[in-house]
Formats: sequence, structure tokens, C-alpha cells
Amino acid sequence: MNLKTWLLAATALGLAGAAHAQSGDDVIKIGVLNDQSGLYADISGQGSVWAARKAVEDFGAAAKGMKVEVIFADHQNKPDVGSNIARQWFDRDNVDLIVDVPTSSVALAVNDVTRQKNKVFINSGAATSDLTGKACSPNTVHWTYDTWALANGTGKAVVQSGGKTWFFLTADYAFGHALERDTKAVVEANGGKVLGAVRTPFPGTDFSSFLLQAQASKAQIIGLANAGGDTINSVKQAEEFGITAGGQNLAALLMFVSDVHALGLKTAQGLIYTDPWYWDQNDNNRAFAKEFAAGNKGSHPGMTHAGVYAGVLHYLKAVEALKKEGKNESDGSVVVAKMKEIPTDDRLFGKGTVRADGRKVHPMYLWEVKKPSESKGPWDYLKLRATIPVDQAFRPLDQGECPLVKKT
Amino acid sequence: MFELIGIPPQALFGQLMLGLINGAFYALLSLGLAVIFGLLNVINFTHGAQYMMGAFVAWMLLNWVGVPYWGALIIAPVLVGAFGIVLERLFLSRLYHLDHLYGLLLTFGLALILEGLFRSQFGSSGLPYGNPLPGGTNLGFMFLPWYRAWVVGFSLFVCLATWFVIERTKLGSYLRAATERPDLVQAFGVNVPRMITLTYGFGVGLAALAGVLAAPAYQVSPTMGSNLIIIVFAVVVIGGMGSILGSVITGFGLGIVEGLTKVFYPEASATVIFVVMAIVLLVRPAGLFGTAK
Repeated sequence: MNLKTWLLAATALGLAGAAHAQSGDDVIKIGVLNDQSGLYADISGQGSVWAARKAVEDFGAAAKGMKVEVIFADHQNKPDVGSNIARQWFDRDNVDLIVDVPTSSVALAVNDVTRQKNKVFINSGAATSDLTGKACSPNTVHWTYDTWALANGTGKAVVQSGGKTWFFLTADYAFGHALERDTKAVVEANGGKVLGAVRTPFPGTDFSSFLLQAQASKAQIIGLANAGGDTINSVKQAEEFGITAGGQNLAALLMFVSDVHALGLKTAQGLIYTDPWYWDQNDNNRAFAKEFAAGNKGSHPGMTHAGVYAGVLHYLKAVEALKKEGKNESDGSVVVAKMKEIPTDDRLFGKGTVRADGRKVHPMYLWEVKKPSESKGPWDYLKLRATIPVDQAFRPLDQGECPLVKKT
Repeated sequence: MFELIGIPPQALFGQLMLGLINGAFYALLSLGLAVIFGLLNVINFTHGAQYMMGAFVAWMLLNWVGVPYWGALIIAPVLVGAFGIVLERLFLSRLYHLDHLYGLLLTFGLALILEGLFRSQFGSSGLPYGNPLPGGTNLGFMFLPWYRAWVVGFSLFVCLATWFVIERTKLGSYLRAATERPDLVQAFGVNVPRMITLTYGFGVGLAALAGVLAAPAYQVSPTMGSNLIIIVFAVVVIGGMGSILGSVITGFGLGIVEGLTKVFYPEASATVIFVVMAIVLLVRPAGLFGTAK
């Protein structure tokens, strides 16, 4: 290489660098932050990354002249890891939006960081209703479900069908505590009684000891305020230790369709749980599931993935609207305000709204896990028990203690 | 009836029993680790992954080949043990002349790779494995599933048999001699490298056996090993690195300690073993049954 080519190369590099620097603010960067390797990887993980990319594609960002990039990272279900990644993404990598974030403790941490940096956070994977309650933020939208909705759906249905006395197995972190609290309120409001609770270390493998304590309480219902692998092992071991055969019933307060898949219908049959989105519910969902399965080794999407898809789509709509109005779309609170202003409409959740406290509302559904004889094959797992209409599905706006609501 | 700090005796006996059941897993796993460390001086961090592989191989045997649980109990440890032998020949045997740390780093890396491969193939929620011994008996203070009773009995048997072979037979004396003075044992005409390889294979086979035992009780999932392995290392440290009997007794003992913590202060049950470890290290740095070298 002679001097001339060296100089040319250097100039080209310099130009490329300058071009990159210029485009830094033009690109909308979406960071999918979730569990890529642990017990929540199946309910979020790469499936959510796929869903975010699919939303960008379906929105037609490229045709509309918007450059959108999707990146992802593993928060390992640790709040410190999650908030560090969030900070790095916002400060160094110009990320505009963080989506998904299962594990309530991590979600609450990312909620804070997003507010400090004035970016956007759309949560799909985490459950704690505090995200739209005490910890609500002008930068956060909570899309898919929350502990209040789960408690209201499953808790109420179980008490009304005769399960009056409860004992909780509670995952010992923000999520479990919130789910126990919200369910307890529902149980008591409907005339039931909570006899006790045990806080189980998260994540756990052996729940037999806690199940035995639940058994000793003689409660009719053992409420599982846990998720993912914890729920799977609790259900499995409850069967093994003859607890379900002994007349006590389980209430799995948070289940995902992938949990049912992992448990197998033989063990999971008869469980009822609340979920806003099931892949086999209508043609739109089935079409989405088919595309999802093709991109995810045949696995089927759960509500978290659907929420990521719909959330990202709505975000892009809000950004597009702001661009047309000539407003600053890099101001997180402005984008979220826009998301609350325009109604949501997507192929998975239909028409809906985002409330002032950041809560996305849609109907919730109460499902029952099919018997093995009722299922046509893998992933055919649920039958509909009841629909909870949109005005009853989520905590009323004035009961959440969200400061954003008081102001308005 | 007497009551102990507000806990009725029925509950207490039940929890002791459960502690014993969990202790059986700890004992079996820490036994394999102790055998490998005692004879190879390798801290085998792949142990958790090999335990997980045992469970997965049992699942594959059942679902792909149709071999039931009882067949898997023999075949899975042999297959995974053979895999361990390949690992030892290809990688580990090159590190014996170096510091322990290199073996630890290598096996740790291998564990992460194995876990990642299984996760990418099977997902993180795991797979169901049916219970080969459904039902159980009511002991009065608790319902004891047949399967758990089998786990305790069988692992106790395996632990004692292993201890007997290593401490009381001629083969075991060769093994122990080869650890102390490999050059001298080699001079007597014993093929020491082969013996070491087979020992590693045996230790790995024990991990896989524990995995098969765990498959019906827990979910067969890629992370099942990493959840357990840290506790098992603590068990080995408390028992004394390389002490066979120490690891077995400590395994069962700590299972019980953990079980009791789950009654009195459940929040601490994940950490109690490490508290015990810290105390033991302060008082007896070589472990309860170890001898300071």
C-alpha cells in the first residue's frame, strides 16, 4: 500500500465516522432488556426481541423513512445489572426506548433510570402494579398485565367458587410481595380469609417444605405468588406430595403458556389463571403465533411477547405523530404523553387506551388448562372460562396512589 | 404434646424428612466433587452441568428412544461419564501440571457452554419428566412420596458403596496412592493416567446419576445444575475438600439444617448454608472432616 491509498483509506474512514455521528440522533434505538438466560428466558428472552423487530417491520418504518434499530441485553434478573445496562444504553448508546423488562425488582429500577434520563420505558414482562401505582412515572407505560389484574381475575374467581381460606407461597422479592398484597385484598374483599404466607427464596427448586407448611395451615387454597420455574416446580411438587389429592387446591396467580408447556397437561390440567392474550384465541393471534413459531424454533408466543409487539408498535406511532407535528420526539415524557393521547390499535390487543397513570387497558381473560384428552397437541392448552371487561380488568385509576393522577 | 418454638412436632418431623431428601442430592453431588478433587486435584465446576446433562439424557432416552426411568438410571450415567472421559482426555489432562485455578477456569467455561447449548436447544422453562413411582404413604406426620423415599435410600447406598470402594478395597488404595505419589505408583506398573481418567469419568457419572434422580422430582431444565452447584461447593468446603465421608455426612446434615431454616425463617433458607460455611472456615479452615495439608 502506498501513501496515496493510505490517505484515501483514512479519509474514507473519517467520512464514515462523520456520517455515523450525524445519524446518531436520527436513528430510533429500541433496547429489549430482559432475561436471556435464566428462569424467565422463555417468557421473555429472544421471543421478545423477535416481537420488537416484528413490530418495527409491520409498522413499515423503513418505508416511512424512519431508521429503527433493535438491540437487546440480559439483565439476569438482577436490579443492579438491569439499571447499569439501562444507564449505559441511554448515556452511551443513544437508546430511546427500553421494552419488556420482566422481574419486578429490575423493572422498578429501570423505571427510575428512565425517568432520570427522560427516555421511554414500555414494560411488558414485569407484574408489579406499583409501576402504575406509587412508582408511576411520566416516562413509563405498563402494557400487558399486572399483579392487581391477576389477583382480580384469578383471586376473585377462586373465592367466588368456594375457595374461602388461603395460604400463600410467595416469591421473596418485589413481584411476589405485590402479588400477595393485591391478591390478599381481593380475597378479603370477597369474604375470604388469608391464614398465612411463607416467603420463599427466589429462584427456588425445592418447594416441598413450603408446601408442607401450606398443607399444615389447612387452607382450602394454596396461592402461588410466584412465576416461571418457581411456579412449575411448586405445581409439580404439590402433586407429588399428595397436596392436591388431599383436597387443597392450587391457585397459580401468574402463569404463562410456556409454563403449561413445560409442566405438561397431565400435571397442569384444571389450573385456572388470568392472561390477557392467548395465541389460539382468534385468527389474528393464530397468524401472529405462526410467524412467531417460524422464527423461534416452533415455540409459541405468550402474553409478554404480544405486549412487546403491541407496545413497540404504539410507540412508533406516537413518534411518527410527533414528527409530523414537528415536536421533539427524543423527549421521553413528550412521547409517552402522545402515547396516552392517541388510542391504541393493533392486531393483537385490538383497540384500547393508555391511561394517565401509564396503564394500558384491555380486557383480561380467565383460562382453564385443558385435560390431556381435550388437547389436540402441543400448545393447545387453554379454554376460556370468563372474560373480564376492560372497565373491570385493571385497578381503578383513583385507587393506585399514582401522583400523576392526583395532579390532573 | 410438646411444641418447639411454636412449631408442632408433626411439622418438625416432616421438615426433617424433607431435609434428608434434599440432603441426598447434596450428598450425591458433593461426593462426586470430592472424589474428583481428592484424586485429581481438580475443582470440577462442570459438575452442575453434568448433573443437568444426566437429567436431560434421561429425558431423551425416555422421549426419543423409549427407555424408561429404571434403564436411564444406568445408561445416563454411563453416557455422561463417557462424555466426561472425553473431556478429561481432550482438555483437563493437559492442565494437571498447572495451578488448580486453570482447571477451575476451564471447567467453569465448559459449564457455561454446556448450559448455553441446552438452553438454546430446549428453552429455559425445562421439560416435564413423569414420576416413575407415583403415590406414597402417610407417615402420620407427613405424606411421603414413594419416589422421595427411593431417592434417599438409593443415594445413601451409592454414597456408602463409593466410600467403601475408595477407602476399603485394593482398587481404592491404588487410587489413593496414585494421588499421593503418582510417580511411585507408576513405577509399580499401574497405569496412573488411565486410572485418573476413569476416576473423573466415575465422578461425572455420579453427577449424572443425581441428575436422573432429580428429573422426576424437579423440572428438567438447563439451569437446574447452576442453581445447585454453588450450594454443593459449600457442602464440599464445609465437609473438607476431598474427604469422601465428610462430603456425604455434610450433604445430609446441611440438607437438614436447610430444611429447618425453611420452617423457622424461610427467607434465610437460601443463605443458611453459606453462613455455616463461613463459620466452619473460621473455626476449622480445612473443613469438618478435612485434614490440613
